Amino acid sequence: MAETSVSHANETHEHDSDDHIWDGGQPPMKVSYGKLMMWYFLVSDAFTFAGFLIAYGTIRFSMPSWPEPDFVFASFPFVQAHLPLVFVTFMTFVLIFSSVTMVRAVQEGHRENKRGVVFWMFLTVLGGATFLGCQAYEWTMLIKYENVSVTRNPFGRYVADGIMVDESGKEIMENGAPTEVKKNESYLLHGHEHNGAVELQKKYVRYSTGAYAGQTHEIGQGPKAFGALFFFITGFHGFHVLSGVIFLLLIMVNAMSGLYASRKNGYEMVEKIGLYWHFVDLVWVFVFLVFYLL
Amino acid sequence: MSAHHSYEDQKKLVFYGLKLLGIITIVEVAFALFAKGHIVPSITFGKDGGFGQALYMLAMIGASAYKAYFIIFFFMHMAGEVRGLVLSVLLPTTLLIWAIIAFFHEGSRWGAAREHIKEKNEQVVQPGTSGKPTGFLLSGTMKG
Repeated sequence: MAETSVSHANETHEHDSDDHIWDGGQPPMKVSYGKLMMWYFLVSDAFTFAGFLIAYGTIRFSMPSWPEPDFVFASFPFVQAHLPLVFVTFMTFVLIFSSVTMVRAVQEGHRENKRGVVFWMFLTVLGGATFLGCQAYEWTMLIKYENVSVTRNPFGRYVADGIMVDESGKEIMENGAPTEVKKNESYLLHGHEHNGAVELQKKYVRYSTGAYAGQTHEIGQGPKAFGALFFFITGFHGFHVLSGVIFLLLIMVNAMSGLYASRKNGYEMVEKIGLYWHFVDLVWVFVFLVFYLL
Repeated sequence: MSAHHSYEDQKKLVFYGLKLLGIITIVEVAFALFAKGHIVPSITFGKDGGFGQALYMLAMIGASAYKAYFIIFFFMHMAGEVRGLVLSVLLPTTLLIWAIIAFFHEGSRWGAAREHIKEKNEQVVQPGTSGKPTGFLLSGTMKG
């Protein structure tokens, strides 16, 4: 009896059969503890981000209108023109490039090539830092020049066709004709400093279609949750990029010192931070989709 | 694992990934600008609501899902992991499908409820059409 069970166990070990993979004695996932736990941390982080993005979608679905991304995100450094989505596409490319250099660092790690690991990790750090700089520019434009905050959103869309009027109901003429607005067209309420606080301009529209036809209404702010959702979610992603850059730097310095070369495990630590860094790029794919494309 | 590919093959995969992700991103942005009237001003199906916008959104979600698949399976080497690991990471995320359906439905309900309240608030009560007021709270305020 005892004999058979022993021979059975040996057989399992030799053939590595799937039936006994959970019987102990061998790692069923065939990865180290650290890599496995990194994967599960990323699963939990994916749920956190999914929760935030689903909250964005839920609130957007509950609103009659929502600011248009190609109108809101149209700034570009040193250029005065309206360039919808161009800058954020550049940011996406920065992140794709840094993901690619990260893959190269992991590959050089497998070959135990210290110089290669450090070189490609350095480029990855540069990519991450560039992305953070771009995000700082984007936030500055929105906060300082367009007056978006977590409680204020000057971006919106008209709910019906109409013409612009002033406070007393007189038509505002442009080139000898009344200024028309179209349903779903985007607007930005410009702001100015008043007693130390930002005051948004007042705009009035006399509607010609829809439920308010014939009535004059003040054009108010767009959905106020927009700013809070944007800053919170892109900020949370930016925080991931920032911590990624810090950890990449630490691991790069360790690699330079020869710590991982002496471990002779193919620079596994570089592989683990690589998983995290690709995840940050992966989250950006969805942030880009939800905030800028849809 | 990547161990049984040659170093040259691995490098090729990296440049293939760079090209693939770059081209998908450019196509996505170009299509977004086209669908929202930035290239041909009369074409705006990407923001008009209805079927056109639904189709536009599906195309965008599909392209992003493909990018996500490529990053997970080839940059993060999920393709080389054993099935148990792949399933334990990917299966839990299918829970999100129901989360998306349920929460978006909930969101539309909030919107509809808000519209309903607004409509009721703007309704003008026609006095005296149904005889005597029935509620005692209303008796002082209703005239006619």
